[in-house]
Amino acid sequence: MDTLLIHILNALLYAAVLFLIAGGLSLIYGVMRIINLAHGNLYAFGAFVAAWTVGLLVGGGTPTPVLYLVLLAGPVAAAALGAVLEPTLLRPLYKRPEEYQLLITFGLLLILEDLLRLIWGPYPLSVSSLFEGMGSLNIGESIYPTYNLAVIVVGGLAAAGLWAFIYRTQFGVVLRATSQNMRMAQAMGVNVNRVYVQAFTLGCFMAGLGGAIVVPQQGAVLGMGVDALILAFVVVVIGGLGSLEGALVGALMVGVVREFGITFFPEVELAVLYLMAAVVLLIRPAGLFGRA
Amino acid sequence: MSLLKTTQLTKYFGETHAVDHVDFTVTEGEVLALIGSNGAGKTTLINLISGLIPVDSGAIVFQGADTTRDSIHEKIARGIARSFQLVNLFDQLSTLDNLALAIFSRDGKTRKLFRLSDADGAVREEAVAVLQQFGLAGKAGMLAGGLSQGERKLLDVAVAYALKPKLLFLDEPTSGVSTREKAPIMDIITQVVRAGGITAVIVEHDMDVVFKYCPRIVAMHQGTILADGTPDEIRNNEQVTANLLGTQRHA
Amino acid sequence: MSPVPAGTRRPLAAAGPIVLVLAILPWVVEPYETVLLSYGLVFAIAALGFNLLLGYTGLLSFGHSAYFGVGAYAVAFTVKYLKVSSMELLLLAGILASALVAALFGLVCVRYTRIFFGILTLALSQVLWSLAFKFFWVTGGTDGLRVPTPTLLGVSIGAGQDKMDFLAHKYYYYVLVVFVAATAVMWVIVHSPFGKALQAIRDNETRAEFVGVQVWRYRWVAFLISGVFTGLAGALWVPLNGLTTPDILVWNFSGEIVFFTVLGGFKTFAGPIVGAVVFNYLKTFAVGYTVYWQMFLGVVLVTLVLALPTGIMGMVARLAQKSRRAPAP
Repeated sequence: MDTLLIHILNALLYAAVLFLIAGGLSLIYGVMRIINLAHGNLYAFGAFVAAWTVGLLVGGGTPTPVLYLVLLAGPVAAAALGAVLEPTLLRPLYKRPEEYQLLITFGLLLILEDLLRLIWGPYPLSVSSLFEGMGSLNIGESIYPTYNLAVIVVGGLAAAGLWAFIYRTQFGVVLRATSQNMRMAQAMGVNVNRVYVQAFTLGCFMAGLGGAIVVPQQGAVLGMGVDALILAFVVVVIGGLGSLEGALVGALMVGVVREFGITFFPEVELAVLYLMAAVVLLIRPAGLFGRA
Repeated sequence: MSLLKTTQLTKYFGETHAVDHVDFTVTEGEVLALIGSNGAGKTTLINLISGLIPVDSGAIVFQGADTTRDSIHEKIARGIARSFQLVNLFDQLSTLDNLALAIFSRDGKTRKLFRLSDADGAVREEAVAVLQQFGLAGKAGMLAGGLSQGERKLLDVAVAYALKPKLLFLDEPTSGVSTREKAPIMDIITQVVRAGGITAVIVEHDMDVVFKYCPRIVAMHQGTILADGTPDEIRNNEQVTANLLGTQRHA
Repeated sequence: MSPVPAGTRRPLAAAGPIVLVLAILPWVVEPYETVLLSYGLVFAIAALGFNLLLGYTGLLSFGHSAYFGVGAYAVAFTVKYLKVSSMELLLLAGILASALVAALFGLVCVRYTRIFFGILTLALSQVLWSLAFKFFWVTGGTDGLRVPTPTLLGVSIGAGQDKMDFLAHKYYYYVLVVFVAATAVMWVIVHSPFGKALQAIRDNETRAEFVGVQVWRYRWVAFLISGVFTGLAGALWVPLNGLTTPDILVWNFSGEIVFFTVLGGFKTFAGPIVGAVVFNYLKTFAVGYTVYWQMFLGVVLVTLVLALPTGIMGMVARLAQKSRRAPAP
């Protein structure tokens, strides 16, 4: 029974991080109709910045609870990067055919992959002290890291906070209007350029947050970006591009399937996820919550 | 015998009855106008009949066969073709290639991978002939994206016409074109249609054009057919004048 | 009606001298240079295949390494497990294997929106890559599989012949012939009614449907042909490299294929060929200088997209136009 609970917790853990990444990707697509191929690298960037900043301060007398907050440097940096990238690299291409957007975000992916290596070197950065710092809980006869529970909570809070932000604030209304009908929103006086950069920044923040909270558990590793992109993609195929509910449900499904898949068929874990995505594509191409 | 007959054709977009239980018949050989204000359901009706969007309920019968759930490809094969209100062309292909493609497709030749398209003399000749009919022969080599708006509207119709359809829907063939260009464009279109014996349904907003070229007019309003008759009947129909024509009297 | 239409004569005339130069090359330059060019020609074949999808059908694939890799591994498996050494049979194996995989992947990829197409192709190629790792007892894992020199048209490399010499002469000509043949076939395909239908789909999917072209079917066939060309390139590549590893299945290589096609200019027929050859030299040169080779590629790609989207051939065309308009001195 406890093993089942642990599996469920692991699935939720995975889903929490995936939701942040996929949700960001989906949000950006929903508002701007762009698929940012470098989105995974913003997740990685957030992870590296978080790990590095904490690494600077660790052992220097900063109280541990504060160090957890310092992890936020990751998403903030990712958001800042996004705020710079959108007007410089993406805005010039909105009027051009979509291949060019994909090409430029791919170029960005290449640049960021090497940039991470250039700045932080080829070896992973880790802040395992933060992971161990929370200790562990007894679940039945097993012990489970408390940090993982914290991640699940953060993920849940992020989902709730995002939902509130989008459905309960003025900015959220503007965001939704722009995503549903950009021209109409523009005609009603919405500054679409500003909404775009804000949406992009928010999406990057989410990706960076995913990276930051994962760092104590896994460290920041080169290559984590593309891996994340591909998983985020499975999530949005299942959940539907442009839908936050879809990202949540998709992340949960992927989390569960992966967790139980690893336990029983570790070899073909990735292939099973793809099978799931392929099945969804066949039955419901727009995804479970996507717009056709 | 009717070429096309829709029975209680219906399409909802959420709460809106875009097309509301419409019974619409077209007889072979006739040229009729489909009029109505924006949102009346004219384009939706065409989209349903041509297969661009699925039908919610009702039936479409073409030449006696049920074509309600046919794919676009099947409808084209049966002989239903259409042009578009917002011009839909292959902008990076030449005017000639745009037309030739329709002919290649019609003749089943688009499956040919190992033959040069330019080498097919018969298709090329026919394409040039159609372009001549539409007054576009001089622009044969130009990319479709570079043509003027009037020329693009004509090409849009020509491409549909080149499929040699039995029933041709023309969705606002003169929209977006300057007033003085409208009559020449309609002249060409009606001439070609009559010469080919094609049955045509023309959606139009310009009532001068409608009254001049179409012996039968069907008026739609809020998803239903308001009136169906000759220009005189329509002109004198109070409901039509109230809803669609305003109070202007046409001589 | 002449069997060779007017539009064909100029390209044929331009191609002639180029093929001639390529043919006499081994007698004029160092063996190293010839082998280097062989790589370029192989990548050019892959680029031609890739661009059938991008330039002509409007589909941007980020997973073409899959077909290159499948072609390469098919050769390696055929040599290792079926003990075949005839290059012709090996090419056949590469073509069949990549056709199968392209047909399968194509079924999944082309039915759905263009937006998904890019990531979907990327993801599928990553699955293949991870399989090459996981089933290391079959694929040789990261060590890869060695492939000895095959027999060309039944003639094997002489007992005492130097491998470099073999590659720079016999194998180079073999590659050259396949390259010329592949280019000719692709040229006919893109200028055929089928090719026009693809371009129509690229320009206006809806209208293509409305002239009776079943869009997803044509996309699928284009995908299949594209995969086969790239698989053929992969098969040709293996004897050159002597070895095949999972590196040619990984997404980075797909990115290189995209890069060199865009570099050369994806809106023209010859662009991909030029891009592939230029890239090959660029990479050989740059990899010696910096480890941040990917970043360099990324920066160039971003610059290309923003400033020179038509690539090298586009620039050449523009310069040619300007010189035609300039008054005679």
